[in-house]
Amino acid sequence: MTAKATTEATWEQDVLQAEGPVLVDFWAAWCGPCRMVSPILDEIQSEHSEKLTVLKLNVDENPNLAMKYQITSIPAMKVFQGGEVKTTIIGAKPKFALEQDLAAFIG
Amino acid sequence: MRQVIIIGSGPAGFTAAIYAARANLQPLLIASSVEVGGELTKTTDVENFPGFPEGIQGPDLMVKLQEQAEKFGTEVVYDDVVSLELDGPVKKVVLGTGAEHEASAVIYATGSAYRKLGIEGEERLSGHGVSWCATCDGFFFREKAIAVVGGGDSAMEEATFLTRFASKVYVIHRKDTLRASKIMQERAFADPKIEFIWNSEVDEILGEFETTGVRLRSTVDGSTRELDLQGVFVAIGNDPRTHLVHDKLELTPEGTIWVDGRSSRTSQPGVFAAGDVIDPTYRQAATAAGSGVVAALDVEHFLAGLADAVPVAAAAN
Repeated sequence: MTAKATTEATWEQDVLQAEGPVLVDFWAAWCGPCRMVSPILDEIQSEHSEKLTVLKLNVDENPNLAMKYQITSIPAMKVFQGGEVKTTIIGAKPKFALEQDLAAFIG
Repeated sequence: MRQVIIIGSGPAGFTAAIYAARANLQPLLIASSVEVGGELTKTTDVENFPGFPEGIQGPDLMVKLQEQAEKFGTEVVYDDVVSLELDGPVKKVVLGTGAEHEASAVIYATGSAYRKLGIEGEERLSGHGVSWCATCDGFFFREKAIAVVGGGDSAMEEATFLTRFASKVYVIHRKDTLRASKIMQERAFADPKIEFIWNSEVDEILGEFETTGVRLRSTVDGSTRELDLQGVFVAIGNDPRTHLVHDKLELTPEGTIWVDGRSSRTSQPGVFAAGDVIDPTYRQAATAAGSGVVAALDVEHFLAGLADAVPVAAAAN
């Protein structure tokens, strides 16, 4: 199971109202490091689908959310729980480093 | 056991792979997990790589180099090297996933990493207005005032690129002349959105949760002043990436890996180095590619020597 996309239209339901933790990957097609980290996030989603939901938000198509969460550097990954940001990870990282950063949610 | 493992996926690594693969050495290339293609994947137009009169996008050039290396039999692994054993006849490469690979020869072509300013606010505001990648992050600075710190080609390229988004781009440089090539300088000078701030260095990046400005210090009289802006792009150069080998291979006073004369031979037999990691001076895509050729040919020669040496050793026994 690869990570699905979310949008401004479905944000409330997908992310803010979600029951468990949701990792949102803020990305864009023109961002090289985003393309590198994308398949790693797919792997994390498929390996931990019971604990964590991974969603991808295209900042080009959803600029209002990028602005609302003050994104100035991508890839930016934020974990939401109960509608609040619990963790922010900025920049592409190897899988083992991401797993460490996400240990509180997938450990 | 492999004949050769290449570490690095920039122009040096992939060019070494093209030559090694065509010499039937079936190279294994460790490309890293999130920095495949290296430095050039963060640039836009590359106008000085020979053979592309119209210019080529940095990421496209790297895809082509990889295709060419794979076409001749290079195997590419998307993982990071975490440790190395380079002494002795069998070289061992350990990857982030725990996989281990062995080879008779290693080509080390890890390039260089962005240099940091090392000032207050830089770490804290990284990703909150402080960036090392204009092509990734310029988009978020629409109609905002930003600064590029540095005076080389990459600083000029970033400044020019960022005028697509920003309302104002300050270029902050500690001297009153630029290191950048003439054509890049002229392009920046001609841009109405770019303003040069000479003889100044950034003392501190200001802002609690997001960047609100910088404190500048004059390199002439030491006076300071504050400048309001929302973004800082750091382009003050690169440092060779030697952290995996600094205690295993001899380094030069500049911090690059020492190589013997014009060859790629390091202080450790069977270990060769190429590209920015050995080059304190030129650091171009084309010079890195040429350096990769040297390394592949040196490896070929080295392996041929090993093959010749076997019957001699056998005869001695």
